[in-house]
Amino acid sequence: MPEALRVSGIWKQFGGHEVLKGISLKACEHDVIAILGSSGSGKSTLLRCINFLEMPDAGEVSVQGELIRMSNRNGYHPEDPKQLQRIRQKLSMVFQQFNLWSHMTVLQNIIEAPIHVLKIDRKTAIARAEKVLDRVGLLDKCHNYPSQLSGGQQQRVAIARALAMEPAVMLFDEPTSALDPELVGEVLKVMQSLATEGRTMLVVTHEMSFARDVASRIIFLHQGLVEEEGTPDEIFGAPKSPRLQQFLTRFDRH
Amino acid sequence: MFSWMTDYSDLVTDNWQGYADGLWITVQLMVISTVAGFLLAIPLALARVSSTPFFAWPAFAYSAAFRGTPLLVQIFLFYYGLPQFDAVRDSIFWPFLRDAVPCALVVLSFNLAAYFAEVLRGGIMAVPEGEKEAARSLGMTPALTYRRIIMPRAIGIMLPSLSNEVVQQLKGTALVSTITVLDMTGVARRLTAQSYTSEPLILAGILYIILTYLVSRLFKIFERHLNAYQIR
Repeated sequence: MPEALRVSGIWKQFGGHEVLKGISLKACEHDVIAILGSSGSGKSTLLRCINFLEMPDAGEVSVQGELIRMSNRNGYHPEDPKQLQRIRQKLSMVFQQFNLWSHMTVLQNIIEAPIHVLKIDRKTAIARAEKVLDRVGLLDKCHNYPSQLSGGQQQRVAIARALAMEPAVMLFDEPTSALDPELVGEVLKVMQSLATEGRTMLVVTHEMSFARDVASRIIFLHQGLVEEEGTPDEIFGAPKSPRLQQFLTRFDRH
Repeated sequence: MFSWMTDYSDLVTDNWQGYADGLWITVQLMVISTVAGFLLAIPLALARVSSTPFFAWPAFAYSAAFRGTPLLVQIFLFYYGLPQFDAVRDSIFWPFLRDAVPCALVVLSFNLAAYFAEVLRGGIMAVPEGEKEAARSLGMTPALTYRRIIMPRAIGIMLPSLSNEVVQQLKGTALVSTITVLDMTGVARRLTAQSYTSEPLILAGILYIILTYLVSRLFKIFERHLNAYQIR
């Protein structure tokens, strides 16, 4: 499979505290990689460093073989904002807090970036929006405002907004952590169907059953390092690291 | 017993033309300075929130100067102070600034812009960080994010405060009567001086109250329209 995303040597510190200590990973097309780890292990920060919402102190990211060029002048940052913006279009992110634009209807939320960033015409954008909304089962809500939807519905709209960019890789940052327990299922179901469809996904999550059943590979982070990496069978069936074993027993009890 | 009523009806029938002219001037001062002040406030607010001191500092100084001094002082400085400079009298702005009404308009607009900019800055900072991040993560440029996401959100957030500032501004326009402008207050003061009674001023006060009410109603309609997303 061709390579979709490569991350190498990401370092990040916050005020002297090293959150990420040189993390590398690679995702091929159709890979669904679940990133696990206890809170504070740096998994959300890693995801945010991949599309440079958080600026790493070192490390490189390439998407579909194109490296984001970095510069060291006045701090470490992407050299060319235009290149970064172009590559971000291929890395749609789904946030823990949904982050829908609250002054826009569901439909407007979805067509906004395709029209103004991808520069596709309004008609095509609307047709595409209706397709992705239907995909997440919310076509009937297209003229509602986000505040009129439940958390689970908002997150599905956020997924539709990400899908409408036709991204190479989708980044999910704890997409179900802000949801009421009874709403988690509808979001996981949509994500599972995306995985089945062959989408390349990077998912930071606490949903063990999702990781076990849907992920093609699992990365376990501990204190800013990749502690263990493998298939779901390897990770859940025969965890090698004592930390991972400890982490998993905590979830088994539930 | 009802003599005060006939007093007022005489006042209105005898001077309605004067009041109508004054009212028209007051409304013009308020509307034009509100629009101009708002347009000026947008770049000012953007400069205020800029992380570059080159932009942030002048905007801060502007705001401090216009919000830190009385509007009356500003009006005097512009009307009586500026003409002392040859550069001003020789400039292309002189035919314009020489007259009291345009001069008053300039001061009112500059003054209101400072207040608007502060309110708008608050609105910009109140836009949830996550909504800005969503824009960035989808590849929007900073300019596009401001135009499509941050500004519309900020204006919706600040609209109630904005309406407050405009109501204040309406009352602020009365100060221009001190530089010979015959706005509503100017007309009332002249009539008071002629008749040695306070009725003309009271009538002006009533008209200000009505205007204030109309302004608040207008903003309520704006709010309902712009902030439709908050209504469930």
